Amino acid sequence: MPKIIKKESLSELVYRYRIDAPRIAKMRKAGQFVIVRATTDGERIPLTIANANAAEGWIELIFQVAGKSTKILSILMVGNEIIDLAGPLGRPTHIERFGRCLCIGGGVGVAPLYPITHALKAAGNEITTIIGARSSNLLLLEHEMKELSDRFIVCTDDGSRGVKGFAADSVKTLLAEGEKFDFSVIIGPAMMMRVTAGITVAAGIKTTVSLNPIMIDGTGMCGGCRVTVGGETRFACVDGPEFDAAKIDWDGMIKRLNGYRSFERTSLEKHNCIVTGRPA
Amino acid sequence: MTQNSPKPAQSSRTPMREQNPAVRAHNFDEVPLGYTETEAQTEARRCLQCRKPLCVGGCPVNVQIPEFVNLIVRGKYVDAARKIKETNALPAICGRVCPQETQCEERCILGKKGDAVAIGNLERFAADWEMSHGEFAMPALRPKNGAKVGVVGSGPAGLTAAGELIKQGFDVTVFEAFHEAGGVLVYGIPEFRLPKEIVKKEIGYLLKLGVVLERNFIVGRTATVDGLLGEEGYAAIFIGAGAGLPAFMRVAGEDSIGVYSANEYLTRSNLMKAYKEDADTPIIRGKHVVTVGGGNVAMDSARTALRLGAETSTIVYRRTEAEMPARSAEVHHAKQEGIVFDLLTNPVAVLADNNGFVTGIRCIRMKLGAPDESGRKRPVPVAGSEFDIPCDVVIVAIGNSPNPLIRETTPDIAVTKHGTIVANEADGRTSKKFVYAGGDIVTGAATVILAMGAGKNAARSIGEDLAKK
Repeated sequence: MPKIIKKESLSELVYRYRIDAPRIAKMRKAGQFVIVRATTDGERIPLTIANANAAEGWIELIFQVAGKSTKILSILMVGNEIIDLAGPLGRPTHIERFGRCLCIGGGVGVAPLYPITHALKAAGNEITTIIGARSSNLLLLEHEMKELSDRFIVCTDDGSRGVKGFAADSVKTLLAEGEKFDFSVIIGPAMMMRVTAGITVAAGIKTTVSLNPIMIDGTGMCGGCRVTVGGETRFACVDGPEFDAAKIDWDGMIKRLNGYRSFERTSLEKHNCIVTGRPA
Repeated sequence: MTQNSPKPAQSSRTPMREQNPAVRAHNFDEVPLGYTETEAQTEARRCLQCRKPLCVGGCPVNVQIPEFVNLIVRGKYVDAARKIKETNALPAICGRVCPQETQCEERCILGKKGDAVAIGNLERFAADWEMSHGEFAMPALRPKNGAKVGVVGSGPAGLTAAGELIKQGFDVTVFEAFHEAGGVLVYGIPEFRLPKEIVKKEIGYLLKLGVVLERNFIVGRTATVDGLLGEEGYAAIFIGAGAGLPAFMRVAGEDSIGVYSANEYLTRSNLMKAYKEDADTPIIRGKHVVTVGGGNVAMDSARTALRLGAETSTIVYRRTEAEMPARSAEVHHAKQEGIVFDLLTNPVAVLADNNGFVTGIRCIRMKLGAPDESGRKRPVPVAGSEFDIPCDVVIVAIGNSPNPLIRETTPDIAVTKHGTIVANEADGRTSKKFVYAGGDIVTGAATVILAMGAGKNAARSIGEDLAKK
């Protein structure tokens, strides 16, 4: 079984695991994800591969504790085995030499943005990066992203680091400065992607977003991750997770994301209650 | 051979006892309870032991039916199971889910005037008996020939192919994308129709024969077919990846919360154990559930909904009961449990509230017109007949198509416009050398036993082709 060989805490609720997984490390390409299960009757959790090294045979996953399953995952230690790890899944990002690329990541969305930015840079693109978070302590991979970028902008909602405001505001500023881009990739919370992509698409920039809808199997079997793109039903797991931002039915997508919120809360509360002996 | 046969055969078959419908509609325990020894004896003695048995020809894997039935008559139940296993690696599964009424039993001579022998029930009896009484016995395996064969998918086609190939002396590895082996047998068919313990034991038998199982391995992604044939050294690959990609209705509101594909609904309940109160994977337990479709999967979904606490569970199907593809036993069981059948009815929209939660389904009445290409009368809408069925969960069980992963990553394999792999029915050979396919990935969604027959045929031609290599 795949073993955790390194564990880091990137912010209060965000962890980075390096996992021994030679087959996946060899086959994976930017934009792909894996399915992880932490316990025998646990959920199948889709997580983007944040980094990998084929020669050393490892992949890295970055995840935020959001519900019971990610909470349990976060308790694992170096040397522990992950009982189920399957991948790489999803279509790899289409990488080519676009010219000038605008890479935008919000919150934990910076994790999947990193390998894509890396691949775009390696393909000879000029990279402008915007990463944002609610507050400075939630910013991810600042150093790593900066290294890949020709121009690098940090923003926080509360102004505790970088520019105060949303990533969308920084995009507006760049465009107002007369900056031109050939391609943009945006990954973050659904609302952030919708709003930010609205601006880049309106500016005529070809824009890709990476969706993170509800998934059960992650291999094309359940249809839970379906999203309407260009009027057609597509599955994020096998047709995505990346789609042309201009064609996504955002209303439908966000509505479906919210469908299981109450279940998640109940499940986490029950778990906390069992662990701590008192209601959350 | 016929020492026990002269007793007069009774004209009607021995029924299998079942859980009371009112009770079973609220639990996940198996519905038919199996034969007792006496019942099995009574039923087995009905068999005429025909010299030229027609029943065997009705079985896609040619189970030696009169022989195993005779072994039951003689009280040699473990031997009966092993006789079946000579041609069928999964008897406890087939005894439960095969559509015997259109296969072996349909051809039974007794069926011409009265009831056919209950071959499926007897198969189940023998297999269950062996599981609980028999010691593991290694069947005759040919010596190892040193060649490796990879099997993609651990559903009925893959498991059967693996069982046949290991007997031929190959090293066999089965690649399963999920965390648990069994394919549709574990994610699709519910516990009350096929207990997962039975599936586990039948797979366990194959593992004892030496079959290697690689879970969490997605062929096309974790390794490609070409990668397995090339650097990984497999001499041949059998693809039995099934038809797992669910079809949707393409009506307004289908993205609403509470609309599930049958695959998602059944996977949440079966594979992810959402039917247990403390499961991590949630499922919306609808009070009023509507299932769209008329196949076995629709019956499984509607009956699962009842067991998850639905007050009403309704099947909406656009044709009549006569055209329903579901096994008659499943329709019968569903009716007994109180499933409502709204026939000649077709959905036109899913209705939802402002937050996107399902509140109902708008349907239109249909009537049967001229036959279509399938020979069934084509349903046509009755103008102005729209009506609403209030509900909070809608399950779409209108079919599946093959997963695109293998065809997308194996560019030189011929596929149809429906995405199924082109393979000969008789030998499983595809357009790609040393690659074989069978089961739903070739035929589109069909039955367990047809997939098993295909796995068996392919295993035979793999043996022949590799011997010539």
